[in-house]
Amino acid sequence: MSRNIYWCTTVAVLLGNSFSALAADDADPQSVGAQIQQLKQNNKELEQRLQQVEITATQAQTRSSAAPSNVNSFNPAVAMILSGTYEQLQQDPAIPATGFAMNANNTGYVHGFSLQESELSISANIDPQFSGVGTFSLAPEGGINVENAYVQTSALGNGLNLKFGRFFSGLGYLNEQHSHVWDFADQPLVYRVLWDNQYADDGMQLKWLAPTDIFVEIGGEVGRGLNYPGTNQNKNGAGAGVLFAHIGDDIGIEQSWRAGVSLQQTRRIDAVSYNVPDLPGTPGGVSNSFSGDSRTVGLDFVWKYSPNGNIRERYLKVQSEYFRQYQNGTLTYDITGSITPGAYSNTQSGWYLQSVYQFMPTWRTGLRYDRLDPGTASVGASIAGDVISDYAYHPSRLTWMTDYNPSEFTRIRLQLAHDESRQGLTDNQVFVQYIMSLGAHGAHQY
Amino acid sequence: METKQREVSAKANPRLGEGYAVAKNILYTSLLLLLSGNVHAALNVFACEPEWAALTQQLAGDKASIYTATGPLQDPHQVQARPSLIAKARNAQLLVCTGAELEIGWMPVVLRESGNSNIQPGSNGYFEAAQYVTMLEVPSRLDRADGDVHAAGNPHIQTDARNFLPVAEALSKRLIQLDPANAAYYQQQLTSFNQKWRTAIAGWEKQAAPLRGVSIIAHHKGFPYLNDWLGLKQVAELEPKPGMEPSAAYLGQVLGELQQHPARMVIRAAYQNERPSEWIAERAHIPAVTLPFTVGGTPQATNLFTMFDDTIQRLLAGLK
Repeated sequence: MSRNIYWCTTVAVLLGNSFSALAADDADPQSVGAQIQQLKQNNKELEQRLQQVEITATQAQTRSSAAPSNVNSFNPAVAMILSGTYEQLQQDPAIPATGFAMNANNTGYVHGFSLQESELSISANIDPQFSGVGTFSLAPEGGINVENAYVQTSALGNGLNLKFGRFFSGLGYLNEQHSHVWDFADQPLVYRVLWDNQYADDGMQLKWLAPTDIFVEIGGEVGRGLNYPGTNQNKNGAGAGVLFAHIGDDIGIEQSWRAGVSLQQTRRIDAVSYNVPDLPGTPGGVSNSFSGDSRTVGLDFVWKYSPNGNIRERYLKVQSEYFRQYQNGTLTYDITGSITPGAYSNTQSGWYLQSVYQFMPTWRTGLRYDRLDPGTASVGASIAGDVISDYAYHPSRLTWMTDYNPSEFTRIRLQLAHDESRQGLTDNQVFVQYIMSLGAHGAHQY
Repeated sequence: METKQREVSAKANPRLGEGYAVAKNILYTSLLLLLSGNVHAALNVFACEPEWAALTQQLAGDKASIYTATGPLQDPHQVQARPSLIAKARNAQLLVCTGAELEIGWMPVVLRESGNSNIQPGSNGYFEAAQYVTMLEVPSRLDRADGDVHAAGNPHIQTDARNFLPVAEALSKRLIQLDPANAAYYQQQLTSFNQKWRTAIAGWEKQAAPLRGVSIIAHHKGFPYLNDWLGLKQVAELEPKPGMEPSAAYLGQVLGELQQHPARMVIRAAYQNERPSEWIAERAHIPAVTLPFTVGGTPQATNLFTMFDDTIQRLLAGLK
């Protein structure tokens, strides 16, 4: 529009100029030549001026971006996750899975409406070498828990990545992922009982990425051994260690995969478990204490498929993990009564297989199957009459979910589960959950 | 920086058994695979989008070995930090991306996990094309209520052919910085590209003259640079807010508005779902036009030149 006006003006001015010029000296052919020259000059100047006007006009509407884009302009990137659920449960969530009374049992389930943990995350580059992340979860009943607080550097180059502070361990596939990106409202049973949902520790991690065309990564961690299967150890040296390796690649543009193996080793010292069922059938169970070594191995695999590789439209994800935990030490039976120590060793294991399908841009659905094996414990003679060594029951669960994601920052989920993790206590569960993220746009892990 | 090209002969000794030869081949292949990050004498380039891979190809020829992180049918906003991307970034000497937060959902993870200090933001190996062009649609306020807006402005700068000139110049300078031994070659490639590109722009502008002032609807706010260049007039978008899926109710509303502000065609990028634009096209009796958006987006868009040839041909066909 404005361009047209400029052109009209130019033409009008030019015409006016040429008429008056021609009218003045129409007799002299030489001066006509000069005038033509003059006109050409005028024309050029006008065009230049016109261009300048146009440039200023566009500059008025836009701005040249000289600064590199960055999520933070010195202020750290702040993000907050708000989440809440409505839950309908037929059984008491405090009852542990059969055979896992001496493991972690933090379901996080609450009957009815409840606010879930609000997660506040602050991250920024510290200087050219280091970057830092702090993630704090605010419990609905009050109190702040430092979920993650670590410093990371890739300044070492050569594929090395160093992290220290408190962080989620790199073992398995799901372990590093924050709860707001979980595909289900809760963790697989095997994560709940063997890792207390998510294994985090205070320590350091070193990873090395091989200079290969396919993804090959190995990593090791040493830490305090703060959380299950460890116990907070107030001693010099490391209380826990983790080793892991991952390998992954694409198959064409539509498929990608990653597979991994992990090993974790720690010690449990005077770990007390309450309400543990026993052979004499004490009502409400007894309290036992265990000290010994714990070693866990794991396998994980994930495969993703998306038509044309366009995950915005549709994708399919299949993942599975298997963990096997061996504990060996001394069990003290009934610490408030008979206090009988005895040798105790057991191998527990579990796996899950799940698949999530995004069938249209805003909708996903998923199915998960969980199974645990409490193992057959070898129990010392002194406690053989008291401690249950074989529960002869394999806890399992089938879960279905669907979620609606109107934008990248919003997720509303319905989840139904048929839980048979507790022998004789079938639990049909309903979850309705919202997860909303506000603030900085976090980048997602694979 | 540069490592010597290893001469690996896979030839087996004829006197030895066939099994030995096979084993030797396997061994060498796996060795090659393992060392492939180092054996290329060429500059290792990680291009975030196909258009930047194509531009790097124009400017660096065989002096660069280029990996393209995203396909033409992928939404570049939504890509996952796949293991393969991290592995490729590990060995890259130069990263060529759009920037302006287009890759914010995946690039930070790829960079962090790559353990490669040469391509971190601020280093010579990190190149953002958006820094060298005049940005459009820079929001005056940043609020997620406005959808997925980018603070630095609309990042889809590759739809205006003129933007490639300043980007090419800056990219060529960067190639020279990283690989000074081939400076003369890069300089020559730039001069030749500039010349061909300027001629091509003049040709495209001439061809596209009938498009000036033509009203269009777009699926996503992906074309402000194209509109600015060719003088197209965008009257509506199918996404209620940038990045949000078009709902049936909103499409109905757009259709209603079309009565008052008619448009000649509805355009979308090849990676976007065709259903919303076809729905509108059918009801408003206007053509739905698919544009390549990047190199490879349509079968015709095989390189940077044919990408714009095809874009203009498709728009002109939409006028008929």
